[in-house]
Amino acid sequence: MKEFNGKVLFLNRSDINTDEIIPAKYLTEITKEALKSFLLEDLTLEGFDPKRDVAEKKVVVTRANFGCGSSREHAPWALEVNGINLVIAENFARIFRQNMYNCGMIACELPEKTVDDLFKEFAGKETELATDLSRNVFVFKSGASTKEVPFSISGFDKALVEAGGWVEYADAKY
Amino acid sequence: MGKTTAQKIFDAHRIDTLEGGTSVLRLDAVFCHEITTPIAINDLAARGKDRVFDPDRIKAVIDHVTPAKDSKTAEQGRIMREWARRHKIKDFFDIGRNGVCHALFPEKGFVRPGYTVIMGDSHTCTHGAFCAFAAGIGTTDLEVGILKGICTFKEPKTIKVTVKGKLPGGVYAKDVILTIIRQLTVNGATDKVIEFTGPAVDAMSMESRMTLCNMAIEAGGTTGICYPDMTTVEYLWPFIKDGFKDKKAALEAYSQWKADPDAVYEKTIELDASGMEPVVTFGYKPDQVKTVKEMEGTMVDQVYLGSCTNGRIEDLRIAASVVKGHKIADAVRAVVSPATPLIFDMALKEGLIQIFMDAGFCVTNPTCGACLGMSNGVLANGEVCASTTNRNFNGRMGKGGMVHLMSPASAAATAIKGTITNSSLYKGRK
Ligand code: SF4
Repeated sequence: MKEFNGKVLFLNRSDINTDEIIPAKYLTEITKEALKSFLLEDLTLEGFDPKRDVAEKKVVVTRANFGCGSSREHAPWALEVNGINLVIAENFARIFRQNMYNCGMIACELPEKTVDDLFKEFAGKETELATDLSRNVFVFKSGASTKEVPFSISGFDKALVEAGGWVEYADAKY
Repeated sequence: MGKTTAQKIFDAHRIDTLEGGTSVLRLDAVFCHEITTPIAINDLAARGKDRVFDPDRIKAVIDHVTPAKDSKTAEQGRIMREWARRHKIKDFFDIGRNGVCHALFPEKGFVRPGYTVIMGDSHTCTHGAFCAFAAGIGTTDLEVGILKGICTFKEPKTIKVTVKGKLPGGVYAKDVILTIIRQLTVNGATDKVIEFTGPAVDAMSMESRMTLCNMAIEAGGTTGICYPDMTTVEYLWPFIKDGFKDKKAALEAYSQWKADPDAVYEKTIELDASGMEPVVTFGYKPDQVKTVKEMEGTMVDQVYLGSCTNGRIEDLRIAASVVKGHKIADAVRAVVSPATPLIFDMALKEGLIQIFMDAGFCVTNPTCGACLGMSNGVLANGEVCASTTNRNFNGRMGKGGMVHLMSPASAAATAIKGTITNSSLYKGRK
């Protein structure tokens, strides 16, 4: 199973598309590793510098419709090779969300209000997140403040996360 | 209680239901192209699972960057070729026979009403025009599709969009779908199927219905769906004629996939076609839509005619009818890419290619190329493109470029004027 803990990258925008997560020109790569330095290269977001801001981050927290656009699984892979296995958002584009779980990663939806509170409380500060998969709780920590946020995950999605993805699961079962 | 089309197709293909309501569906076809498939092929091989569930139900093409533009794209082509040969995939379309997947595969008769289809490509929704459940998926789903012929989907809710009335002259399926996306927003149909119906849709050709369904994903939709009718049967007839006694019998059989009158929808929307105008996108999101009139005068550097949205013969005919007898503006370059060899051939025989060339267009081979900023018409930083494609994302057709999505008629008129303009200017319409 992958790691779902670490420093949080806040992306304060809705509708971040897969072209912004990993531009099409890198789709000619045939290894995941090659995508590493191009994550979020074309993101339109004021004050965001991919080189500076992506470094060492392990979790993304963002707004609505994250991962819309193309079906490219290169988008989750570009996150994965940077050690980011968890994205939290108000909601996701269908294909992106499914790709995440298929890779044994987590795309977790939280209510708009909860996401908004997270931005208010933690964005712009050094924030760490710890995921407790036994209790389905995220623990956000910044300086002295700590916040527990419960989340839900379906049994099947959890099975994919535990199995490390859908290929092995499907080939064994069907 | 009645069922939607998607519910009927799910019921006919479900082999398992997983906790959380996810269905495992049996697939009728798995489509593949060279951008998302090689990495799946390599991964399957690395897992010791270099197998295919059924070579006859896998259809593959090299279409995104063709001819190969560099060693990396050449390598992607090589992996596809060797894989197709190794597994005896007969329906593999390499250069010379290749075209944009969502134009080529329907043309070959690979999609039928009631089918389940997946492809590692978000615009797979195009095939819903044939009343199929056709959805884009990522590489892992593609791997399992290739290996086992199955895919998981959450039971989709359906939005029913009824387009009443008749489209005015100069307004096309592209204008209709952009108008719908403006209303639904880029997120409005996420995890949902969109059924397109109503007199304006009934009156559309299969080409126009494909344009409509093609952009369902731009509202987040899993697929678009049009009901089967005589237009569907006529299009498919060369491929299905041995299976039915006559066209009427085919229509009768296919009609089982039509949604029931008492089907339950998540939402229903009604639009009136007769009040619609030519429209165009203005920002980096496909729901940022204004009328062509509002955008009139916007300078463009390039005009692009092609793609899985609008590179079909009907599109080329419409564009050529606007371009005929004119020259493109001095400051503009224009590129047309017929979406398949058959379309190219028809355009040649009908004299459309000559019309484009006389006007100053560059005619390229069938390929996606420019649509995703990979080859054959990539924009420079700061350049503007009037395009018949489906995505205006920042950087989509080249870093720093701006894309205005529009119909082939509007794009053709814009090529002549050099600024965004209405096709009626060159068609003698008011
Ligand atoms: S034409 Fe464009 S949108 Fe269509 S399949 Fe090719 S790259 Fe994708």
